[in-house]
Formats: sequence, structure tokens, C-alpha cells
Amino acid sequence: MDFLTLLDYLIRGLSLGSIYAIIALGYTMVYGIAKMLNFAHGDVIMVGGYVCFFTMSGLSTSFEEGSMAGAVVPALAGILLSMVVCTALGVVIEGLAYKPLRQAPSLAVLITAIGVSYFLQNAALILWSSSPKYFSPIVGSGQLQVGPLSISYVTLVTIAACVVIMIALTSFTGRTKLGKAMRAVSEDKGAAQLMGINVNRTISMTFAIGSALAAIAGVLLCSAYPTLTPTTGSMPGIKAFTAAVFGGIGSIPGALLGGLLLGIIEIFAGAYISTQLSTAVVFGVLIIVLLVKPAGLLGKTVREKV
Amino acid sequence: MKKLFSLALALAMTMSLAACGGGSNSSASQSGAASSTGSVSSSTPSEASNAFKLGGTGPLTGGASIYGIAAQRGAQIAVDEINAEGGDIQFVLRYEDDVHDPEKAVNAYNALKEWGMQISLGSVTSQPGISTSALNYEDSIFALTPSASSPDVISGKDNVYQMCFSDPNQGLASAQYISEQNLGEKVFIIWKSDDNYSTGIKDKFVAEAEALGLNVVGNATFTTDTQTDFTVQLTQAKQAEADLLFLPIYYDAASLILTQANAMGYAPKFFGVDGMDGILTVEGFDTSLAEGVMLLTPFNADAEDEATQHFVKAYQDKYGETPIQFAADAYDCVYAYKQALETAGCTPDMSAADINAKLKETFPTITFTGLTGDGAGITWDATGAVSKSPKGMVIQNGVYVGMD
Repeated sequence: MDFLTLLDYLIRGLSLGSIYAIIALGYTMVYGIAKMLNFAHGDVIMVGGYVCFFTMSGLSTSFEEGSMAGAVVPALAGILLSMVVCTALGVVIEGLAYKPLRQAPSLAVLITAIGVSYFLQNAALILWSSSPKYFSPIVGSGQLQVGPLSISYVTLVTIAACVVIMIALTSFTGRTKLGKAMRAVSEDKGAAQLMGINVNRTISMTFAIGSALAAIAGVLLCSAYPTLTPTTGSMPGIKAFTAAVFGGIGSIPGALLGGLLLGIIEIFAGAYISTQLSTAVVFGVLIIVLLVKPAGLLGKTVREKV
Repeated sequence: MKKLFSLALALAMTMSLAACGGGSNSSASQSGAASSTGSVSSSTPSEASNAFKLGGTGPLTGGASIYGIAAQRGAQIAVDEINAEGGDIQFVLRYEDDVHDPEKAVNAYNALKEWGMQISLGSVTSQPGISTSALNYEDSIFALTPSASSPDVISGKDNVYQMCFSDPNQGLASAQYISEQNLGEKVFIIWKSDDNYSTGIKDKFVAEAEALGLNVVGNATFTTDTQTDFTVQLTQAKQAEADLLFLPIYYDAASLILTQANAMGYAPKFFGVDGMDGILTVEGFDTSLAEGVMLLTPFNADAEDEATQHFVKAYQDKYGETPIQFAADAYDCVYAYKQALETAGCTPDMSAADINAKLKETFPTITFTGLTGDGAGITWDATGAVSKSPKGMVIQNGVYVGMD
């Protein structure tokens, strides 16, 4: 195996990992703040993909073929609309399914989340049928030639989007009032409430942000791997959850690290060990990491309160 | 918190495992777990009491519903045509939903049995077909399945027949075709390791390729949960300098492979089997990517013959879509039943067991000419396996064109 192929695999791993990382951010934020695992997150991604698909195919006919506006406007409108729809969907799901269970045992919330996930998948089956839709990439299917290496625009955009989102989220939680409120709720719900923070609103806000991220992840996922079906989001969702745990759930840099590592390990395991074993290798690495560092790579070990 | 966490992790792993253990004929099998009960389609012929009760199960909802709905519609068109002619043989058709789930298929079968099903169209997909065909055998209700292609569906059951090729036969025919037509020097296979259908075809293909002296330079796999990124597999094929990629897989994954190969600038020949049928109907797919893709399929919606054109037109008029092979297989099943029942001299007042005994004798003796098969006709041997010639097709300008 020559160096060039290695580099090529590395870039593909980074691209896949960036998508996992963006999805994992959604998991990790919700977990960090609401202390619940939102298994429906993967299906919000799928909804984002569909919204963008229909917006783009609906708008692209009203522009001239090959014109600049025809390439940019539908893609932008698609991303924005899918973010709006997913944000609304996330808030509605939170309000209807999770808010009434705020005081219930975590297990009940977990089961509800799985229920919501199946509800979304089956609703999508009824609305959009099981036949796959083919998603044309938001930035076109061209590639950048760097020496002997060709990198597709989608890969570049994905990695760039991941970095931007990461920086934006870190400064949001670190600097803004709302971000600080989120961190306070995450530390101690009761104390935060006593300090005058509206816990319910903060949690809803977290869901809104998480779902908007899911929309972006959905659009990027479908741009890189262009078939769209009602189950598109479920497997990447589970893998991203794994990535979040890998990096230390609740930790934003952890989600990034976990996502990227997971993507790279998956691609390398497929390339150099066996395509049949790649998933097994990914989960094997996860088990080893959790044995050595039970809180994940960057997770904080929190003592259970007795 | 820790406990909840390990629980959630275990859950995530089980879910991913469940996704791996998916079914044989489905592209996205884990989806339809929670779904509705059977949807019923029946047509009432003029003399309802004087009609054969024909029942079948298939995924009418859920991830594999594209196949079940197509089969149901194809059969419905045949039934409507036959009933409209008003001959001695009339049918009432009833399809029950099995959501591509072996357990639900048993419930669906039982519902049909209670309804009084006399002859059966088996199940549309293989995994449910394996469970329902065992019941067909036990209850002595004759079955002719349009598309449950696993050999396990018919093995050991003398009253279960297939209209479609069995999986191994597709592998065999593909290897022979590639070798005869000299299509590739170095063959690379990408197959789906958690799918009976794909595995069955690939195993037989490899064995036959060796016997024929075809040079298989390598193979790579994927599963339902890794069905997104194929760049690793494609890079391996490219490095092995393969000039022909054999894809015994369904069209949804194949469309991704075509896209990613194109993005890599890798352009071997692509050769698919009947699962590739449907690639041109993927909404939004750039069909120019499929240009030159070859496949072996028993049915071609663009064929020039009158029977096919008549069927395609009837299907389009009624459902607004071009029929896929599953619809044609089911259509053929109903007409094959008509011919066999006429030959055997069965009447609708006979019991299912009596019809079963007659059809078991008759089916191996008839030669049926239908949509799926060439002029030489379609025959069956006593094991229930079909014998018909696959058609080699190539995609040119966005439509299938016969290769010979």
C-alpha cells in the first residue's frame, strides 16, 4: 500500500468522521444538558435530508440550467428550510414526548425516544414511500485536484462545516448567556433553577440547536452518500452515538474527536483488515477504550451521587 | 447514570446487530417493525362463488414494500384481465401484508387460510417465503411464488414452485454469460454479506467462474449498516485492476457504487443481476451514470413484444408507474395458474388439497409462455425450480436494451 492511497483513505475517513462528529454533537449536547439519550436524533437527520431533497428538486426547475443562481439558490434554500423544519420538529418532539417525562425515570425517557424514532421512520415511509430517492450533492459533484490526489468538493465542505460548527458551538457555550445557562443546567438542574434559569426553556433550546445540527448533518450525509430512504438516518445515528460515547458523552470536543476517530478507524479497518470486519473492529475499539477509560476519551468521571 | 449508560450502549449494539441480521430480499429490512395489519385487495368476479381463491403475502408496507406492492399490482392486473374475459377459470385475489417479516408472514398466511385460500402465490420475499412455504406444504395448499428466490423456499416441498430464478442459478447464469461473451478479463465482486440473496449468487458465481476459467481477482463486502461508503471496496477493485465489477446486490446500493466509482474516475464494466432492476427508477438518480451497466434479468419493460407492451401499458394506466420485474413475475404466476388449472381440469368447488394434488402432477408437464422468459417458454421440474432463459440487458440512453 503506497502513501498516496493511505492519504486518500485518510481524507475519506476524515469526511465520514466529520459527519459522525456533527451528528454526535447533537447527541452529546442533549445528553450533557437534559441527561437523556435522544435516539430519535438519527431520524431527525433523515427528515432534514428529505426536506432538503424536496426543496432542491422543487426549486431547481425554476432556474436556468447551469446558471450560477440555479446552483446556489436551491442548495441554500434547501439547507435553511431543512434547518427550520428540523428545529421545529426537535422542539415539538421535546415538548410532546419528553417534557411530560421530565420527572420520570431515565429509562422511561429512553424508551420514549426509541418510540419517537420508530414513529418518524414509519411516518416517513407513509409520506415518502420506501423507494430510495437520489440526492444530488449540494455543492455539485466536482473535485479538487491537489497533485495526484483528487478530493471532492463535498468532502471539503463537510470537513469545513464540521470545523466551523465546532468553533461556533464552543464559543456559544463558553461566552453567551444562554450557553452559560446550558452549562449551569448541565452541572446542576436544581441549583440552576434557584439561580433564576428557566430550565425547561434551556432544554428546549438545546433540542432546537441539536436538531438544527441534525439538519446540516442530514444534508451533508446525503450529499456524500446520495441515496435517501426512511432508514437513512438510523445507522449513522447509532454510529454517531457510539462516537459520542467514544469521545466522552457530554463533552463537545469529545464528540468531535470521537466522530473523527470512528470515521478513520472504520475506513482503515475496511481497507487494511477486511471489509467484512470493519464494523466489528469499530465496536471492538470502542469496548477497549471504555474498558481503559470508562468515561470515554475526553469525558469527565462523575461520581454517582448516593 | 452509569447503569443507564451501559444499558443504552447494549441497546445500541443490539440495534446495530438487528440491522445486520436483516432479511434476504430487502434493501432496508430493519424498518418496518411497527406497521399496520394486512391490507386487502380483492376483485370480485361476476360469479364470485365460481372463482378460485388465490392468496399471497408480501411486504405492502415497510422498507421492502416496493417489491410487495409491485407483485400485488402485477397479479391484480392478470386477475382482472382473466375475469374480464369471463372464461371458466375465474379468480378472487387477496394479498396480506407481511412487512417482510417471517413472523408476520405466518399471521398473514393464517388469515388467508381462514378466508379459504385454495391456491397460493406464496410470499414475495425470501425470508417470509421460507416460513410460509413450510405451511403451504403442511396444509397441502399449492404455492407458486413470484419472487421468493432462495432455494430454501422450495427445497423439500413438492408443492411449492418458483416463477423467479433461484439465487444460485443467477450466479451460474451470470458467470456463464460473462465468460461466453468475453466481457471481462479481471472480475471483482462487491457483495452484501448479511443478505442471503447476495451471498447465494456470489458463492455460485465464484464456483462457476473457477470452472470456466474466469479470473476473479478479488471481492469485498458490505452490510446494511455499512451501505454508505464504497470507496474502500472500489479502491481495492481499482488496485486489483479489475475491468469488470460483478454486483449481485440491489439497486439502491448499486446506485451509490456507480456514483462513487464515477467520482473516483474509475470506469470498469458493471454487471448486475435482477436486483439491479429498478436502478433507472430511483428518483433523482442521474441515469447517465448507469450508462453501459449490464444486467441479467428475466423481464424488460422496454421489450418490443406485444405481451410485454400490453402489460406495461395496463400497469402504467392503472398505477402510473413502469412495472418492475416483480410485477411481471406475479402477472406470469396468475396466468401460469390459469393454464395449469385448465390443463388439470380443476374447478373452483374443489378443495385446496384436491387442487394441490392435481397441480403437483400438472406443473412439471406444462410449458408456459409469459413475460419473463423467451420464446422457448418456461418450464418447471418436480422440485419446483423454474427453467427459463435470462435476458442479458445493457443500459443505453437511459433504457434497457437487449444485449444479444
